[in-house]
Amino acid sequence: MGESYQITEQCSGQRFPCKAGQSVLKAMEQQGLECVPVGCRGGGCGLCKVTVREGDYECGKMSRVHAPPEALAQGEVLACRIYPLSDLIIECRPRQSAAGHANEYTTTKAMR
Amino acid sequence: MKKGVMRPGHVQIRVLDMDEAVKHYKDLLGLIEMDRDDQGRVYLKAWTEVDKFSVVLREADEPGMDFMGFKCLSEEVVDQLRGELAAFGCEIEDVPEDELKDCGRRVRFIAPTGHSFEIYATKKQTGKWGVGNHNPEAWPRGLEGMKATRFDHCLLYGPNLDETLNLFRDVLGFDLAEQVMAPDGKRVAQFLTVSTKAHDIAFIHHEEPGKFHHASFFLETWQDVLKAADLLSMTDTSIDIGPTRHGLTHGQTIYFFDPSGNRNEVFAGGDYHYPDHEPVTWDAEELGKAIFYHDRALNERFMTVLT
Repeated sequence: MGESYQITEQCSGQRFPCKAGQSVLKAMEQQGLECVPVGCRGGGCGLCKVTVREGDYECGKMSRVHAPPEALAQGEVLACRIYPLSDLIIECRPRQSAAGHANEYTTTKAMR
Repeated sequence: MKKGVMRPGHVQIRVLDMDEAVKHYKDLLGLIEMDRDDQGRVYLKAWTEVDKFSVVLREADEPGMDFMGFKCLSEEVVDQLRGELAAFGCEIEDVPEDELKDCGRRVRFIAPTGHSFEIYATKKQTGKWGVGNHNPEAWPRGLEGMKATRFDHCLLYGPNLDETLNLFRDVLGFDLAEQVMAPDGKRVAQFLTVSTKAHDIAFIHHEEPGKFHHASFFLETWQDVLKAADLLSMTDTSIDIGPTRHGLTHGQTIYFFDPSGNRNEVFAGGDYHYPDHEPVTWDAEELGKAIFYHDRALNERFMTVLT
């Protein structure tokens, strides 16, 4: 059996498990939760954008328009295309922050 | 076909991962891979189409539609329309022969919605896939997945619908088959046809120009739409909505996403249009029923999820 991680969405306080290799968005949908909006589920439309506040994860391919490299570096990702490597704290739809600060708790391991 | 534009001929779609995309469009939709080029683009067609290809996939870091092309009756028509497009004020680009393999020169123009379109008259004809022209059988064996029969239309989101209607109607000879009108008299959706099909191209008003809502493929029957839905579940493919029926055009439909988040539709049935038909009008207050005839409510995703 693969490992499972705990995902916490900060704004709603909702928590759900996510299996290793499963996308955070899919894990949320399986639990019947709606704390992150669901769009194309393919990294294309940008609707499920979240900021990862804490934890490690892998990224799949995402539209550069919705997840440009500088945003990725700050943990701004699409929930349908991140795969946890540890428990994660995510925040849905952050307000446009003027001073975007890199998050030292977040590392992106690899592009798959 | 009042001005010599015949039909939707091709669409070039950007995908994030070519291998995943080819698997989706070939194995799931049932398109046939016809060729690849030195840019890495993959050319596909549906089995009833006589021309060599109708869908071109290009790997890019942003999904969406590069352009949609309409086939014209002759090169003379293309020349004539090129002049009229320029007079209308369109930005025009001449794309040389063989920029797309086995396709003649194309005249590309930008519509007021921000989308790139092309007209062309020449493309290699390989005939219907797996069946001939002479005493043909009903259908070929060996088709995969949904067995899509043809690339049918695109729905695009962008601004300036009035100007775009003028362009497609007055310059290119399309008819307005269906429309959705807001209470203030503003047209918020327009379905245009250059044939007797309910739509060959459709637009919905959206502030951001050049957005892609879906590319649609035709199936024979409602049962085929249901089986398409089965295949989406079998392959754990992202479904948007359906199977259901549209109010607009009354087609029986299901929407889903390719692996890069581009929306696809497969549908069956639906209305027809002749040039003497008045446009069908839906009120914007009835938009839910107009789009999803059974649910009678829009899902937010349908309106906001675009590439």
